[in-house]
Amino acid sequence: MELTRLKALATAAVTGTSALFATSAQAVEIEYWQYFFDARVTAMEQLIENFEAANPDITVKMTHFPYADYRTKVAAAIPAGEGPDVVQLFYGWLNDYKAAQLIQPLPTDVFPADQIDAEFFPMVAAMREGDAYWALPTAVRSLALFYNKRLFDEAGIDGPPENLDQLVELGKMMTKRDGAGNLTQAGFTIAMTAQDHHWWREGLVRQFGGEPYLDDYKTVNYNTEAGLKALEFYVGLGDAANGIAGFGFMDEPQAAFKAGRAAMHIDGSFRIGSLNKTRGLKWGVTELPATADGVKSNYSSYWVNAITTKAKDEKYDAAVKFMQYVTSDEAMQIWLDVVGELPAKPSVGLTEANASHEVFGPFIRGLENANTTKFVNESAQRQLMVDMVARINLEGVSAADALAEAAAAEQKLLDDFYASN
Amino acid sequence: MYRNLSIRQKQIVWAWAFLAIPVVFYVVIRFYPTGNAMVISFQNWNLLGDRTFAGWENYRKLWHDEVFWQVFRNTFVYLILGTPISLVISFLLAYHLDKTRFMHGFLRMLYFLPFMTSAVAMAWVWRWFYQPVPIGLFNNFLAEFGIPQIAFLRSTTNALPAILAPAIWAGLGFQIIIFMAGLRAIPQSYYEAARIDGVSNFTQLFEITIPLLKPTIVFLVVFSSIGFLRIFDQVFNMTTGDPGGPLNTTKPLVLMIYQTAFTDFDMGYASAQTVVLFLILLLVSLFQLYLLRDR
Repeated sequence: MELTRLKALATAAVTGTSALFATSAQAVEIEYWQYFFDARVTAMEQLIENFEAANPDITVKMTHFPYADYRTKVAAAIPAGEGPDVVQLFYGWLNDYKAAQLIQPLPTDVFPADQIDAEFFPMVAAMREGDAYWALPTAVRSLALFYNKRLFDEAGIDGPPENLDQLVELGKMMTKRDGAGNLTQAGFTIAMTAQDHHWWREGLVRQFGGEPYLDDYKTVNYNTEAGLKALEFYVGLGDAANGIAGFGFMDEPQAAFKAGRAAMHIDGSFRIGSLNKTRGLKWGVTELPATADGVKSNYSSYWVNAITTKAKDEKYDAAVKFMQYVTSDEAMQIWLDVVGELPAKPSVGLTEANASHEVFGPFIRGLENANTTKFVNESAQRQLMVDMVARINLEGVSAADALAEAAAAEQKLLDDFYASN
Repeated sequence: MYRNLSIRQKQIVWAWAFLAIPVVFYVVIRFYPTGNAMVISFQNWNLLGDRTFAGWENYRKLWHDEVFWQVFRNTFVYLILGTPISLVISFLLAYHLDKTRFMHGFLRMLYFLPFMTSAVAMAWVWRWFYQPVPIGLFNNFLAEFGIPQIAFLRSTTNALPAILAPAIWAGLGFQIIIFMAGLRAIPQSYYEAARIDGVSNFTQLFEITIPLLKPTIVFLVVFSSIGFLRIFDQVFNMTTGDPGGPLNTTKPLVLMIYQTAFTDFDMGYASAQTVVLFLILLLVSLFQLYLLRDR
């Protein structure tokens, strides 16, 4: 007797609650995850606000994590049916996420691959497989040459170098050594641990006439004459007696530049914020130096957004709409204004105002001849470049041997990765 | 049922009830992850996908990995240089500090201070000391007198000792305190008897002090050995950018494990390295038990 009453009560409660949900239905909530970086979170809050205003039936909940926990959290949540419907990831992680079935391809009717090829900067094509795109960026990053205006004025130089010869020439004028030959002020900064490994791979090697990788970045191809010339040029910049930069000078390149002890410095657009906060530093920025006959080459990287395998049915539809918005021109302009990262489409990036912007302009113009390395393990591949230069500097190995060793080691890394994926 | 138990049995039940808390804690926090790591060492796992069985592959890879053997050597260099040097220095300091009356407490505090300081902060300060001209403290000092600069961290030979030095210095405080406690525990009557017999200070040191300090020394040897085998903070912070560099000459085992796990995301391989480290630490601990039993 008692039991039936309890059952009836339970049924009533269940139907009651479901009726309650039914009335407020249509309101789909999707989750968005990214790693914590103040400006990115602020920008995303603005995007979500605009998106929700335009789509009152969808709410987006953003969650962010410290960078260090990000991967583990994503990996644990999605297979458990928790976590994000739309997720942010570094372009270099795409293969891992695809292999682990954490993300699904974007629908081809809303994101036709050929249209994306036409509308986005070319390096975004790294996210394409067959007829579908797996992920798309809101913003991209590239490299440029920062220079210290005070040191330029002091040396009586009017403007930044336009090509590599001028880089060396002007660098010499601003390099100072003490009586014992110790470097006290550098014309340029140098370290493979910073952005130089990108500059060397995608910049110098190509500018010296080489092609760093073949076969969709599956074959290392810099162990060539062009690669050797690029390496010798690079190491020469940091020559202890005659160079314009010092390996290990002021510990880190960006520290030397910030302290006003180095006149020129190659870095990414993400450095702008911290340079702006450096008191007493008068800096300018210009495109990476071309070769004497005008060959330019740059490196670009980006974070992408993708739809996870957790998003299904109405959540999937909402996620697609959200993806459309975060890859729209409007979203890209907001991202540029708030975060300082560059728009991923020429239609936004190359507007008159953006392309000729004093600070963003050189980075945006650099995107036109930028390449994106398809890393399988960026830190391991960078380490090989660091070791290559260390062998030359610390162990007296010839540039040719060090280059050959690095190329072989990197090829092995690529082979191992593609064999198991 | 509880009512039917004898008092003795009830005591046992209660003992286990209280013991259950640490036992559960140890099982969940220590034994489960340890066992799990051993299982993962026989698997391939990149944190994202499924775990797949790999057999002995990770251990085979370890055996043929040149970097692993280099790292293995580095780890033992940290141990073989670090432990004796730190013990000799701390013993000498403790021995003399013990006889000093002048500002005894203050001096002891000064030696203990580095032990309380964050290893990370200390590593970055030493990293700055070691920089070349124009910022490095040591090199600026050398350059002042026209002596050529020393490449402390950017050298395949100097970097490891340069990193070891602050690690030794940081551990001194603790070792000095333990040595002083050991010294105070030796009965004064032995020394009085020795003085009456006219024995020299030198003989007193080698015939009375050091033999009676044996338990202290054994404890410190084991404790600091484990510390040096697990060295990480100093190396990681003094070589960020080129972690464990240049050319892996400063990389200890723990840093290699960290990199394999959290930059290469090769959890299986990292676990295999962890198991090897575990075995090394286990051997050191068993050796300690053997020495203590010998007493």
